[in-house]
Amino acid sequence: MQLILESLFNGVAIGSVLLVAALGLAIVFGLMGVINLAHGELMMLGAYSTYITQLIFKQVSFLKPFYDSYVIVAIGVAFLVSGTVGILLERTVIRRLYGSPLETLLATWGVSLILQQFVRSVPLAYGSGMVIALFFGLFSPLFISDDILHGAKGKLIRASTWGFSALLGVATGGVLSSLVSKLSRASARNVDVTAPSWMRGGVDFVGVTFPKTRLLIILITLISVLVVIFFLDKTAWGLRIRAVTQNRPMSDCLGISTETVDIITFGIGSGLAGVAGVAVSLLGSVGPNVGGNYIVGCFMVVVLGGVGNLLGTILASFSIGIMTDLIGAGRLLTIWPEMPSPLFSTIDFFATTSMARVMIFALIVIFLQFRPTGMFPQKGRMVES
Amino acid sequence: MKLSKRIFAGLATASLAVTVTACGGSDSSGNFDDTVTVGILHSLSGTMAISESTLVDTEKMAIEEINAAGGVTVDGKSYKIEYIVEDGASDWPTFAEKSKKLIDQDGVPVVFGGWTSASRKAMLPVYESKDAFLYYPIQYEAQECSNNIFYTGATPNQQSEPATDFMYKRSPAAGGDFFLVGSDYVFPRTSNTITKAQVKQLGGKVVGEDYLPLGNTEVAPIISKIKVALPDGGIIINTLNGDQNVAFFKQIQDAGITPSNGYYVMNYSIAEEEISTIGPEFLEGHYGAWNYMMSIDTPASKKFAKSFKKRWGNDRVVADPQESAYNMVYLWKQAVEDAGTFDDNAVREALVGQTFDAPQGPVEVMPNHHLSQTVRIGEINSEGGFTILEETGVVEPQAWNQKHPSSKGYACDWTDPKKGEKYRL
Repeated sequence: MQLILESLFNGVAIGSVLLVAALGLAIVFGLMGVINLAHGELMMLGAYSTYITQLIFKQVSFLKPFYDSYVIVAIGVAFLVSGTVGILLERTVIRRLYGSPLETLLATWGVSLILQQFVRSVPLAYGSGMVIALFFGLFSPLFISDDILHGAKGKLIRASTWGFSALLGVATGGVLSSLVSKLSRASARNVDVTAPSWMRGGVDFVGVTFPKTRLLIILITLISVLVVIFFLDKTAWGLRIRAVTQNRPMSDCLGISTETVDIITFGIGSGLAGVAGVAVSLLGSVGPNVGGNYIVGCFMVVVLGGVGNLLGTILASFSIGIMTDLIGAGRLLTIWPEMPSPLFSTIDFFATTSMARVMIFALIVIFLQFRPTGMFPQKGRMVES
Repeated sequence: MKLSKRIFAGLATASLAVTVTACGGSDSSGNFDDTVTVGILHSLSGTMAISESTLVDTEKMAIEEINAAGGVTVDGKSYKIEYIVEDGASDWPTFAEKSKKLIDQDGVPVVFGGWTSASRKAMLPVYESKDAFLYYPIQYEAQECSNNIFYTGATPNQQSEPATDFMYKRSPAAGGDFFLVGSDYVFPRTSNTITKAQVKQLGGKVVGEDYLPLGNTEVAPIISKIKVALPDGGIIINTLNGDQNVAFFKQIQDAGITPSNGYYVMNYSIAEEEISTIGPEFLEGHYGAWNYMMSIDTPASKKFAKSFKKRWGNDRVVADPQESAYNMVYLWKQAVEDAGTFDDNAVREALVGQTFDAPQGPVEVMPNHHLSQTVRIGEINSEGGFTILEETGVVEPQAWNQKHPSSKGYACDWTDPKKGEKYRL
């Protein structure tokens, strides 16, 4: 009983890291059909946002009393940072490449390299300043009425919002680098996010220790999934996104601005990558390569679940998580130690982390032989086109 | 190109001479009879850059120190050491390529370089085919003995063997069972094969081992295995690499695998530099084994740490790999002076038997091209350093490990042409 509970928890814990990382990709790849190899780097930006938020809470005197809750603030910050960079990516690169997956793949891979080098070579304070300039530059026109924007002085006004945003960015960079000395120098060194004291250690329940960080990650994942489902199923924009996914030209004809839908979908997908970055930063160290470690797993989850199906993504990540724990930790051997010896030695052989990965990849390949479109294949018009 | 370079160099020297005489000063750089250029080859970009750049800094410092003390004196002439730094870019074939460039194009008499075993394995054929000489400063798995490489890092019998002995006999978890964790590549696997043989000799038990693929940070299955294999605490031998340590220590602490619950981790890849990255709060109470630790309380050690901080900044630390890199530059200088020439074969002969008062204490070059050195066991403290618990005498290096089943009974001796790379004892 204890063993099954522990194994199940571990499986869910591993699965929820995969799920939160793959959720954004499921939206971008599943709903838009864009292969975004920079997804891992958007996660990395989220992880760095957590680090920067933590440092700011540690250094700025009026935020110090709230230090323990920095993780919650970091989730919002990471969502906005990755979402903003994602929208920039969509506007500048991906928009021009819709319908040509190979070019998108290469271009986003290039972007991923640029982002990795960016965090190595640019002091984080000025990096944050650039993101803030970008954020206000992109979004401030939304708060100015269309009449003014498209009026006689529209161009001037748009230029001046960018000007002000740039100034704000420079100011933020300057203030940050003088406040927090660690952010003022560029460094390729990996950094660390330390969980606040209430998140350290574990909770003991019927003899099993549940690490608190893992519980928090499961919670973050759960909330992200619920919010995404609510957004897609219950809101007007969700309806439009689903409409565009199913039939782009028809939605266009019916007056849906497909361009806006693309921006929103990609922005949310990227923002979710940022949230995943927060989760990942709690488990290991934060460095330029942190996202790259997850990208293969993310694509695996989305493909296994069936492209364009959220339920498939959820089931796929939990089954991979549970399999990882069952095979990698040699659970079957502990549960049933008297099994016949050839079977025992086979399972024992695969009961290491490296071999468990091999085994899981092999199982996925076999599964895809029988169900090439994943657990929940997409039905309807889009498949035929 | 070459000619214009020479003319430029000539002009530069001439103008320097003019300034020196004009000022009437005795700037030491004006007093050399000639210069000698050596090669430095480490990763300055890519994943290994963080670690390897500290070695470049240390080697530069050692060269500057030697130059300030009058340079290398060969055959009555004083030579100023100059260096060419090449970037191995964390890419093993690049190491081989740049080695060729340094040897053929730049004609350097010696190359100081490498960190990972993979980079060394890639460079080895280059140095052997060109009969050039590489100085390699990192603690490694041994099971190799080249006539063209000089190894100043620890062999397993100078690090892991005394450490295992300490854990089994004298640590708070003495007599407990062992669990081995490592990254999935050559060093952890070889080191653990040796540890397993040793634990068996000691009468202990290895109850599990697992390897994390490089780049993977999901350690939950390993934690479950440790808890099943060691329900009441025990000894964990950790050979994880770089960042994987951060994930490992963060997560085992949350899972209750801590010294206060009877779990003690002995680390072979965590030095002062890594402690500050991972955070001492995660590592306090665990152990490490090295030849050099920054907390060694001798004038030589303090001077080394002080000069490094003075040269590169007060927030910098020195650790075992750097000390090893520092020693090899000095040992090369001594060997060249003894040989009276920069010629590889003469320097190689003069090298064996060289002794040096290193920051860690006296070291000596043995006939198998490795160093005999002191081994220290330390407990990681809350300040991010080691509290030294034990210090062995000087331990002789074994290029072929005497506990590893494939090399038991073999040794290496390059001073005797009949023995060479691998001979039966």
